[in-house]
Amino acid sequence: MVSTSFFTALDRIFFLLRDWLVGFLPVALRPAAGVLLGVIAIVAVFPGFFALTTVFERKGLGRMQNRLGPNRVGPFGFFQPVADGIKALTKEDVVPYRSDRIVHFLAPLVLVVTVFLGFAVLPMGRNMVLADMDAGLLFFFAMGAATELSIFMAGWSSHNKYSLLGAMRGIAQMISYEVVLLLSAVSVVMIGGSLSLSKIVEAQNSYSGVFPHWYIFTPWGFAGFVVFAIAATAETNRSPFDLPEGESELVAGYHTEYSGFKFALFFLGEYLAMFSISGLGTTLFLGGWSAPLSFFDFVPSWIWFFGKVMLSIFVFIWMRGTLPRLRQDQLMNFAWKFVLPFTLLNLFVTALWRFLGEGWLRWAVCSAILVAAWALMGRVGMRRKHFGPRSYRYAE
Amino acid sequence: MLGEGILKGMAETAKNFFGSYVSKERLTTVEYPEERVPAAENARAFPFLVYDGPDWQAGLRCVSCQICEKECPPKCILIEKSKDKKPDYVGKPQFYPVRFDIDLSVCMSCQICVEVCPFDAIKMNTEFALATDDRFGGLLFSREKLAKSNEYYHSIHPTEAAEVDARLAEEKAKVEAKAKAAAEAAAAKAAVSASPAEGGN
Amino acid sequence: MSSGVQTKPEQLEGWNRPPVIAPEGEGELLEVAMGPHHPSTHGVFRMDVTLDGERVIGLKPVFGYLHRNHEKIAEQTSYLASMPYTDRLDYFCSLTNNWAYALAVEKLAGLDAPERAQYIRVILAELTRIQNHASAVGFLLQDMGASGTPLMYAFREREKILDLFEQLTGARMMCNFMRFGGCRVDATAGWLDGARKMVAGLPNFVDEFEALLSTNEILMARTQGVGVLKPDLAVNTGVSGPMLRASGVDYDLRKVDHYGIYDRFQFRVPLGEHGDIYDRYMVRVLEMRESIRILEQALKDVPAGPVMDPKAKSRGFRPKPGEAYGRIEAPKGELGFYLISDGTPNPYRYRVRPPSLINLTILEDMCLGHDVADVVLIFGSVDIVLGEVDR
Repeated sequence: MVSTSFFTALDRIFFLLRDWLVGFLPVALRPAAGVLLGVIAIVAVFPGFFALTTVFERKGLGRMQNRLGPNRVGPFGFFQPVADGIKALTKEDVVPYRSDRIVHFLAPLVLVVTVFLGFAVLPMGRNMVLADMDAGLLFFFAMGAATELSIFMAGWSSHNKYSLLGAMRGIAQMISYEVVLLLSAVSVVMIGGSLSLSKIVEAQNSYSGVFPHWYIFTPWGFAGFVVFAIAATAETNRSPFDLPEGESELVAGYHTEYSGFKFALFFLGEYLAMFSISGLGTTLFLGGWSAPLSFFDFVPSWIWFFGKVMLSIFVFIWMRGTLPRLRQDQLMNFAWKFVLPFTLLNLFVTALWRFLGEGWLRWAVCSAILVAAWALMGRVGMRRKHFGPRSYRYAE
Repeated sequence: MLGEGILKGMAETAKNFFGSYVSKERLTTVEYPEERVPAAENARAFPFLVYDGPDWQAGLRCVSCQICEKECPPKCILIEKSKDKKPDYVGKPQFYPVRFDIDLSVCMSCQICVEVCPFDAIKMNTEFALATDDRFGGLLFSREKLAKSNEYYHSIHPTEAAEVDARLAEEKAKVEAKAKAAAEAAAAKAAVSASPAEGGN
Repeated sequence: MSSGVQTKPEQLEGWNRPPVIAPEGEGELLEVAMGPHHPSTHGVFRMDVTLDGERVIGLKPVFGYLHRNHEKIAEQTSYLASMPYTDRLDYFCSLTNNWAYALAVEKLAGLDAPERAQYIRVILAELTRIQNHASAVGFLLQDMGASGTPLMYAFREREKILDLFEQLTGARMMCNFMRFGGCRVDATAGWLDGARKMVAGLPNFVDEFEALLSTNEILMARTQGVGVLKPDLAVNTGVSGPMLRASGVDYDLRKVDHYGIYDRFQFRVPLGEHGDIYDRYMVRVLEMRESIRILEQALKDVPAGPVMDPKAKSRGFRPKPGEAYGRIEAPKGELGFYLISDGTPNPYRYRVRPPSLINLTILEDMCLGHDVADVVLIFGSVDIVLGEVDR
């Protein structure tokens, strides 16, 4: 009994902490202070998370490439981000001659602010959501769309050809994949029946036996998750969709002309976007803060949420370590001619799933349609573009 | 199916990710200042001058024939020949370098000076960490800095040094034998030339 | 891909002029100077690119940033003193450069490397080929944005090969090992055992490399049908090496010239069909496999004996007046040295036929009509080293 209450307390630790801190203030100020504390927590925690992720990413990439990764600054190199931060702060802030100074200055700020806003609606644990909106999903996508603005601001104001090309690529790519991202989330809304992210998590937080009812464990959910992951990678400009900043082609893309802390802010923005989109993916498909098996229920919900986000980030890093970059036209082709039709089909399959009723039939039908569609479309696409494995002849 | 190759590649990187924690074959990194790979026996960095015996000035093998100066591709060697002579290892009087400078910032470690040296006087060192903050003089090594004992040579290139020593000993023995023979012949000649004189007396 | 390439009616279908491409629609053209400070120019190289959106409609390669006067220097120094400079041409393959130069001088002076030296040369050249091809593919993937993973795998194996080079020649990259009439030092039994052990692990590495890359859809999409080089154009412009063979022309100097002792080994020459980047990539991978085969055969029966021609001498080398052209199949293509001797210790004329430069001359033909991203890839697939291009 003691242990149960201990775990409940641990689950609610952030609330208890907040209530304790707010308790020092007059009653009238308490609600506002509570919200403010939440904001401060997010603004403080996620950049810390970002610092940690950069180390993990570099170490993980290093291991994938048979290297050690950073290990010189502090124990096991974990103070590397501190060193990087100091370096970024002490660097000269170069603003190109003839650039649009105000826009050049604003672009990184716009990126970071809009990305931070997305965190407001993510349920990071049981009842742990800063603004539990009924249309939380919509708010999230609206904020996600606003990040595109900052990329174009950066590319345009820099007065640099590479920056401009990068920004053009960025806009084209993000708008294309925005559609896919939205549509893949719509299938969740169709089943979950709500735009509120907390309600979507609640809908997944039930178990048959020990197994959870996460949407990823359904054919449409799995397909939706795959598509969502592809679109999320493109949205956050991560490899293999990192064309806007493709260093081998465009030097550094839209942030070529940024140095010092402004560059660090872009970097921060990119990683925060990765966290928020991972958080959204977790919420929509991986059951949010719910435990993966029913008997792990006692573990605090926020641990599950952050664990799942970490896992998705590992997959991001893993992909970055493996895959080369696509080309712009291929990226657009892939978005409009493959992913989008597939997502639309997935919406249809979701509807089928809803109306076929319980039983193995809906499993079989939905899986068959999706697998066949993926295989067929992939095949046709590859054949039309004339690519595939080849065999070679030899001269003796 | 689309994505198959990508999954195969991801499996490969995952294999390497875990493999680099367990297999030394995969993680070949040597963390340099703390751990160092012992230099290969043939390894070469920059030239040095070999001397025999305890005194570097007396034992310097170089006879300042200036072949290396001529053959050096980047022309980083400067030799000034002595006016007087001193005996070399076999005892034959030879010139010696009053000045022997190598500009290591120009040297490209090609080992041609070593190859063309007929006296085994110049050899390659394995010391490579020579960075200095003196831009002009710091890497201009004079003969004091270049001279290294034969024992040092043995410690860095044991096989090669042993070969060189054997060859030199052989030559010396040959020269000594020749000298001895010559001395004997001279003695005999002297004796012969002396005897008629005796007889003449 | 070729839809954007429009040939003007009055322009003859000629091999010596790149196709003329008209910009689509209206709008300004963007002129970008890619390089010499661009991350993927493999050194200091500049491409003045004219872009219509992201499509390349004009490309002018500018090289010479790394010109070091190699040929003129060689005419001022003795034959031997040029040997270390050849290391610095294509600094990835110093041993094959050594071999080509040694071969030219041997032809000039009538020297002949003994059996054992020939075997050692073949072993070193094939090891060089493997590490060059592996790194070339790694750099190609780096240009494709693969955050260094294939390059690191290539370098992992390259380190092992360079360790072998260091043990034998004393240096990892600037080996300066081959001499006129043989090799500078002999390989010990321990070195040969080490080489055998190393070679035994190589097929595994190539398998890994292929599993990571060969069937990757992104790689195939990026490389297939991009940067096509037609066989007749390739032959007419003098392209050689894996570039030429990827275009389907069966021309490998190891088979054509039988220099060294290559006619004793069983190996095949892989040929591409389409002449695009993917073919160049695959030809390199398959050549690595064939090189492993040669290495296995060569390491099996290295004969005992001297490694230097007894007639050879290091001092006072003066070949008789005459001329000679020695060429080998370097990893990047036909590497030749042309020498004229006038009987003095210095060559009268010394000329390098650098595969990198000649393979690079058709960059514009391959790039026109493609995207900026492809330019980088096509450039990477040529596999050049600027040290050899500019000399």
